[in-house]
Amino acid sequence: MDQWILTAITFAPTIGAFFILLIGGDREVADKNARNAALWTTLVTLVLSIWMLMNFDGSTAEFQFVVKYDWLGDNISYHMGVDGISVLFVMLTTFLMPLCILASWDAIRVRVKEYMIAFLVLETLMIGVFCALDLVLFYLFFEGGLIPMFLIIGVWGGARRIYASYKFFLYTLLGSVLMLIAMITMYVQAGTTDITVLLQHPFAADMQTWLWLAFFASFAVKMPMWPVHTWLPDAHVEAPTAGSVILAGVLLKMGGYGFLRFSLPMFPVASDMFAPFVFALSVIAVVYTSLVALMQEDIKKLIAYSSVAHMGFVTLGIFAANLQGVQGGIFQMLSHGVISGALFLCVGVIYDRMHTREIAAYGGVVHRMPIYAAIFMLFTLGNVGLPGTSGFVGEISTLVGAFQANSWAAFIATTGIILSAGYALWLYRRVIFGELTKDTLRALDDVNSREIITFAPLVVATLYMGFYPSSVFDLTDASVQNLLDQYTAAVEAFQSAQLEETGPGVGEN
Amino acid sequence: MMYQLIVLLPAIGALMAGLFGPWIGHRSSEIVTISLMILSAILSMAAFFQVAILGHVEEEAIVFFRWFDIGTFEAEWAIRVDTLTTIMLVVVTSVSTLVHIYSVGYMSHDPHRSRFFAYLSLFTFAMLMLVTADNFMQLFFGWEGVGLASYLLIGFWYKKPSANAAAIKAFIVNRVGDFGFALGIMAIFLVFQSVSFDEVFRQVPEKADHTILFLGQEFHTLTLISVLLFVGAMGKSAQFLLHTWLPDAMEGPTPVSALIHAATMVTAGVFLVCRCSHIFEYAPDALLMVTFVGAITAFFAATVGLVQNDIKRVIAYSTCSQLGYMFAAAGIGAYDAAMFHLFTHAFFKALLFLCAGSVIHALHDEQDMRNMGGLLKYLPYTGALMIIGTLAITGVGIPHTHIGFAGFVSKDAIIETAYAVHTDIGMFAFWMLLIAAGMTSFYSWRLIFMTFFGKSRAPKEVLDKAHEAPMSMMIPLILLAVGAVFAGMIFYGYFYGDHHAAFWGLAAHGADPSVQESAKLSSIFLLSEHPAVEKAHHLEVDWVFYAPFVMMLIGLAWAYWWYILSPEIPRKLASTGGVLYSFLYNKWYFDEIYDFLFVKPAQWLGRFLWKRGDGWFIDGFGPEGVASAVLQTTKRVVRLQTGYVYHYAFAMLIGIALLISFYYARSMGVL
Repeated sequence: MDQWILTAITFAPTIGAFFILLIGGDREVADKNARNAALWTTLVTLVLSIWMLMNFDGSTAEFQFVVKYDWLGDNISYHMGVDGISVLFVMLTTFLMPLCILASWDAIRVRVKEYMIAFLVLETLMIGVFCALDLVLFYLFFEGGLIPMFLIIGVWGGARRIYASYKFFLYTLLGSVLMLIAMITMYVQAGTTDITVLLQHPFAADMQTWLWLAFFASFAVKMPMWPVHTWLPDAHVEAPTAGSVILAGVLLKMGGYGFLRFSLPMFPVASDMFAPFVFALSVIAVVYTSLVALMQEDIKKLIAYSSVAHMGFVTLGIFAANLQGVQGGIFQMLSHGVISGALFLCVGVIYDRMHTREIAAYGGVVHRMPIYAAIFMLFTLGNVGLPGTSGFVGEISTLVGAFQANSWAAFIATTGIILSAGYALWLYRRVIFGELTKDTLRALDDVNSREIITFAPLVVATLYMGFYPSSVFDLTDASVQNLLDQYTAAVEAFQSAQLEETGPGVGEN
Repeated sequence: MMYQLIVLLPAIGALMAGLFGPWIGHRSSEIVTISLMILSAILSMAAFFQVAILGHVEEEAIVFFRWFDIGTFEAEWAIRVDTLTTIMLVVVTSVSTLVHIYSVGYMSHDPHRSRFFAYLSLFTFAMLMLVTADNFMQLFFGWEGVGLASYLLIGFWYKKPSANAAAIKAFIVNRVGDFGFALGIMAIFLVFQSVSFDEVFRQVPEKADHTILFLGQEFHTLTLISVLLFVGAMGKSAQFLLHTWLPDAMEGPTPVSALIHAATMVTAGVFLVCRCSHIFEYAPDALLMVTFVGAITAFFAATVGLVQNDIKRVIAYSTCSQLGYMFAAAGIGAYDAAMFHLFTHAFFKALLFLCAGSVIHALHDEQDMRNMGGLLKYLPYTGALMIIGTLAITGVGIPHTHIGFAGFVSKDAIIETAYAVHTDIGMFAFWMLLIAAGMTSFYSWRLIFMTFFGKSRAPKEVLDKAHEAPMSMMIPLILLAVGAVFAGMIFYGYFYGDHHAAFWGLAAHGADPSVQESAKLSSIFLLSEHPAVEKAHHLEVDWVFYAPFVMMLIGLAWAYWWYILSPEIPRKLASTGGVLYSFLYNKWYFDEIYDFLFVKPAQWLGRFLWKRGDGWFIDGFGPEGVASAVLQTTKRVVRLQTGYVYHYAFAMLIGIALLISFYYARSMGVL
């Protein structure tokens, strides 16, 4: 099983996509079959990944389920494996995917077949990113994921989809070009593209600086970090609901995953050096985008901006480079994947009914949709970071981590807990509460059973991770501990080497 | 099992009523939540008797399961029981039970009753989690949980814009406090590498001289932690500067005001300071701040209470003021006195609120006292009970003894202790609290006179329909009145008098912590340098004992003069609108100032950063700048008609990028 499980999980969606491609016949019937096929494919993938998780050993930092075949020449191999850092991101992807298919059930009416194929291919590519243990393989998955996402926004998106996908493309292209150059440099330096080998390779300090910056360009855009975040609100606004869910839920996590897989372990000295810079960008992101979120008039844009703020906590925690910070950062990513995914689904529910995302068009929705109001409330509270939801665990852990590294950063970021309450509750009030005065809203129906089934797993996940996060930390602990041990050792070795160089000079003075 | 049940029964009630309310019906929801609450209250009293009175302290916390587990950042879902906890258990469950019962009558016409009862039980659960926490994380869980319940209940009538605004305001102002609390927890973890009470408190003496670098400055560690925690307490307990949410919170149904915004949640800040007495005792500067803020709040809120016309707002400011008393007491080291006042205050303040609720109910949602008056004839029982509450809050009793209404015993204990500690801050607190006592008496009697005495100013058709509340509302009032009369006298000996050391689990006064090493740490802790209670017991200055009583009489007389004998005086004062009057009536203009300082700038900044920062600067020089440059060139080459051309062009670009990388790699000899 060890050998084939990751390959199976990664490529099961592609196989499903291939079958959907073969579906023909009457359009109505074909659409229906495509939906069903996509749903079953994602469910099978989910079951496979659950099986993998149950066989995952959380007590070791080693890569597990490793598979390695020669692929292109001698150097580039098909090398896959997961450790504590990546395994849960695979789970997150396979968990969100069936929900996305369900959310698109009625909302997507044109080119259903193509839509489902795009999503399934996207799933393969996303899982691949988290499993790849070879630079080239990683790069292919990482950049390849852009194409289906780009199509999803561009074909099934809203009115300004061209503008949005253009912006999305331009930002990410810039980052990926730099990352590619860095990867080639790494190959030249270390003579291999094997990530497991590269993780042990000591890059020279000045080389680390350049490589770190090149990777940072790519990951910062993906995160997204301030000030390269402006593609995200537009992309979200124009993307179809399920596209937003995947964008917020999984694609944004690739940046954070990249920091943990490449920046921190491979370039520890540079990471240590740039940490204050990252802290600065992170806290600006928290305060700046929270304030911007406060004034948004479009529901999706508001949630998109709040995503940027929440990802600020992630980078803050990761570069705090201590156990609480990094564990918190990983947890915050998982939690944000669930909560913001759910929030975008919430927007989708009313958008499907009203075809507007403008906050001012709503008000008093609770009178017509009480169950929906309760669900939306739960995820709003998760967004606000209320204890008992997963959002709290991620935020407080990253902050506790950050406080140990830099009290200024923690202090400013903590204002985010005030601001998030402001924009999230104000949004909720304007959409859900108040008198029902608008005639257009009188015909609203509450969530149907398909929608309830879509939300139920997310509700469970938010609360489960909120009350029992130690089950998650147990899985990631060994890998994070190992990462940090190596990181600290490398940084300390570098510092003492520097001290030796400059030491006598200081002594003479 | 007993303790688990106390905490979990309300949670079960909340889930039953909340999730299944629409199916099982309102009546069933009420029965389920109330019976579970009664059970929880009975068990709490048993726990109080066992732990606080008989002194059977549980050695170990009862652990449910692990919550946080990141290195040493560990916290468990657990129940810790000591005297401090059991006091809170009794207060919370008994008041909550009575409020549940009262609400059956009060909310009988509301179409969302099961949701209301679910929220009430949810609140009780969160509050119980707060008081039984054995680590700072669970405390914070309860802390925010009660905040959530408060938000939901203030905004219960969600059609009202004012209720929604008040709910959000309450949550956000509380979050400002939580900002401090959260930073406090971070600092605690940094210093102690733990968030468990026992572990932290045990290490505190070692860190007495420790300093910490925070925001580029050197601070005394324990002072910094105490101040940050106290900021949290200020938010939750509506202390000066963070008080603005409490009066607005009166938008919620009146039973909510009685339970959350008078008896229980708002006292969580006092509980926090007492629980952390092990830390505060080593932070004299922080204690100074606690007393100062408490005394200022007691004074400030009383001044505003003098002129308010909304019956609930008067009581709200009164609550604010009384909480100030408790903090002032805690700050001078009289944690026991603070907890005693918290205990008695819960009874008489809940009583006052619920009586006000009966009045409002009888007058069909009239809250303005200018439209009341002479109601004693229509509501004799409510009136009598409310007068009992007023006798309790104004502190009627026999000076120099411990015989009197609940508020007399506990409030005078605070005032006397403030004098007895013989410090500058003690004297400051003494005078502020003494003056506030006079104002308390004035506004409390003013309320009674304006509501129940004089000529009625209510419209006749309203008066005709005015009637006493049903039994379900009356019984809780009577039970609370019993507490308001006797709670002080019965428990004085335990909280403050002769049995005081055994009650609190203090080995001896000011015993050093090493003595207590064997058992669990005592629930409150005092350094031997300032045994406030001891000094108070030996106080020999006679006039200090009479002073509060005299102030009470002055307040009563003044209220009688202005609102019974010559009611035209205050009316004239109000209509001419002196500067002082408008200043007080507008609550020292705090709302206006905060709006100007925080709300407006945040909105302006948000819009500015959005339109100018993101839109003009980042996009303008970033993607759009590039776009227009690209467009300029491409326009000349080919006219792109449709968006789709763009779209495929971009898709191809990615492909080309991939292809180039492939060939690049190959030429490098990678492939």
